[in-house]
Amino acid sequence: MYGPPAAAAGAENAEDAASRPSLYRRRAAGLLVILVALAVAGLFSVSFGANPMSPVRAWGALWERDGTEASNIVWTVRLPRTLLGVLVGSAFGVAGALIQALTRNPLADPGILGVNAGAGFAVTIGVGFFGLSSIDGYVWFAFLGAAAATVLVYLIGSAGRGPASPVTLVLAGVALSAVLGGFATFLTLIDEDTFRALRSWGLGSIARTGPDETLAVLPFLLAGLAIAILLAGSLNSIALGDDLAASLGTRVGRARVLGVLAVTLLAGGATALTGGIGFVGLMVPHVVRWFTGPDQRWIILYSALAAPVLVLAADVVGRVVARPGEIEVGIVTAVIGAPVLIALVRRRIASGL
Amino acid sequence: MNREGVAFGYRTRTLRHRSFSGRVSVRLLTVSAALFLSAVGLTVVALTHGDYPLTIQQVFGALTGGERGFERTIVVTWRLPIAIAAVVFGALLGIGGAIFQSLTRNPLGSPDVIGFDAGSYTAVVVAILVIGTGSYWWIAFAAIAGGMATAFVVYVLANRRGVQGFRLIIVGIGVSALLGSVNSYLVSRAEIEDAMTVGFWGAGSIARVSWPPLVPAMAVAAAIVVSAALLSPAMRRLELGDDAAVTLGTRPGPARLGLIVTGVATVAVVTAAAGPIGFIALAAPQLARRLTRSAGVSLVASAGMGATLLAGAHLLSLLVAQAYRPVPVGLITVCLGGGYLIWLLIRETHQRYGLTL
Repeated sequence: MYGPPAAAAGAENAEDAASRPSLYRRRAAGLLVILVALAVAGLFSVSFGANPMSPVRAWGALWERDGTEASNIVWTVRLPRTLLGVLVGSAFGVAGALIQALTRNPLADPGILGVNAGAGFAVTIGVGFFGLSSIDGYVWFAFLGAAAATVLVYLIGSAGRGPASPVTLVLAGVALSAVLGGFATFLTLIDEDTFRALRSWGLGSIARTGPDETLAVLPFLLAGLAIAILLAGSLNSIALGDDLAASLGTRVGRARVLGVLAVTLLAGGATALTGGIGFVGLMVPHVVRWFTGPDQRWIILYSALAAPVLVLAADVVGRVVARPGEIEVGIVTAVIGAPVLIALVRRRIASGL
Repeated sequence: MNREGVAFGYRTRTLRHRSFSGRVSVRLLTVSAALFLSAVGLTVVALTHGDYPLTIQQVFGALTGGERGFERTIVVTWRLPIAIAAVVFGALLGIGGAIFQSLTRNPLGSPDVIGFDAGSYTAVVVAILVIGTGSYWWIAFAAIAGGMATAFVVYVLANRRGVQGFRLIIVGIGVSALLGSVNSYLVSRAEIEDAMTVGFWGAGSIARVSWPPLVPAMAVAAAIVVSAALLSPAMRRLELGDDAAVTLGTRPGPARLGLIVTGVATVAVVTAAAGPIGFIALAAPQLARRLTRSAGVSLVASAGMGATLLAGAHLLSLLVAQAYRPVPVGLITVCLGGGYLIWLLIRETHQRYGLTL
């Protein structure tokens, strides 16, 4: 009932085998396009903002740290923000690709699966009971909460016999988010300070985290990326179904545990730094699959490079539309991402899911 | 709903009258009666709790006119409308949930899952924060209009050669996520007092219900109950599929439209008066189905279960308020209901019940 991605992948493989040279050309060309787009998005990200400058000037300021106003803005505000965007973008994109592959579920996304709710709940506890007051204190609570929620949703979704079905996982995420959200709402409503501290935390922003917190979380994100890359080959055989994967020599159980660990590190760490940027992990793997075909190694590589483009672009849009204020990047991605999710379920008529 | 075969072995009574005849399941009747009785019992207990504790005798005295003065004011003017709201709103949510679950043939098809709550929340956020109104009737109007518009959009987006339960749920989740982020954005930019007002409304509380808004809500509730009772036979036939329903003399189009309007109206009334109260519509029909051991969801038993659940949640919220802090009843239903949904998922996913979408 829920196994068609394997069948679909098989069909695509047959198709690809007939046109293999063009597939390689397409993958290489796509990679080039993404790298160029990433460079452009990065340059825009250091150029636009409350105090806009031309990309040429921003480029100059990047290379000469000479104490002028432009160079100060670029080096102290916009460059860290852009690098953080690249980092968390990669993390969310790869986490999405991983969880879609692990669950064979094209609708999986770290945000939909309750990671945000877990992080938000933990931060609420931190503020309400432990008196946290600054963003660097939030990071570890958020990380723990996100990790616990990911593991819990995965366990709920895969309870019973057989692998987790797409609908069950999504609903487990919704249910857990509802429960955690209910408790968090209660804690914020009984205390105005908690309410004040938390109402903007979960929006998803790359503007407020400092370099120190980023560096503290960086090792976890890198570890998650490394596991993801090592795991990519096994994911290809898992796409064929657990039995076939086992007969091809993949240790399915170990691969799943490592995969969930990587998702937890990536999504948890990135959510801790930003408050959660939804739908990136859902959209990017879908789009890159048009270029790469079903090979997980390419999907993960592409997602790691393409997701930052989306995050930076959304961030720039949020800075440009609401000038002199700005709209958080997580809101922009939700506004783009929800229609994409709806289009996906409308396109896949019963067969796909 | 998906169970095969005829309901053999259920004791039934056959009623015959000149204008009416029918077979009634004895178990369904006893369970429904027991549920309504327990809802009333919980309500009476709830009337004794509060900042000013009363005994059961005092409550009965106040209700029958034996007590005068302060006790009577507390019971009749303050606590009674809230207690009645708990029972009536719970019953309405149970009916609405049963209708949607029957229409989508899916235990997860409930108005709050398909985005109604998110829509009315957004409309109320806009009304309070952008337009700047705090009046009860404007908020009620915004809640109904926003919820209906969102439910309509979700239904249309999920409609592609018929509405599949699975697509309806995912589209609902997507639209809710979109509206949710817009809500958070507006709340994060608002004055803290306005934002807290919105937060309290969004938590779903019946604690502010008083007689003036309750009376019109009760009138609409009566109309909804009548309409649901009239549509109930058509709903049973639609569960057999459109072809069978036509053969049995029901026109599927008008019947389905009538059911959807009735179902949405139940949630609209409750949301307008109390804010979004989650998960009752989801849980009540399924819990009732287990108790009655019937094949499909039953409107009467779902209403009874909904009333019991909300009356119980109301009592629980009063107890929590005594022990710790006041907690909106909507948060209690969300936490218990979410837990119930998780249990449902763990237990039933692989039994193929209803989730074979």
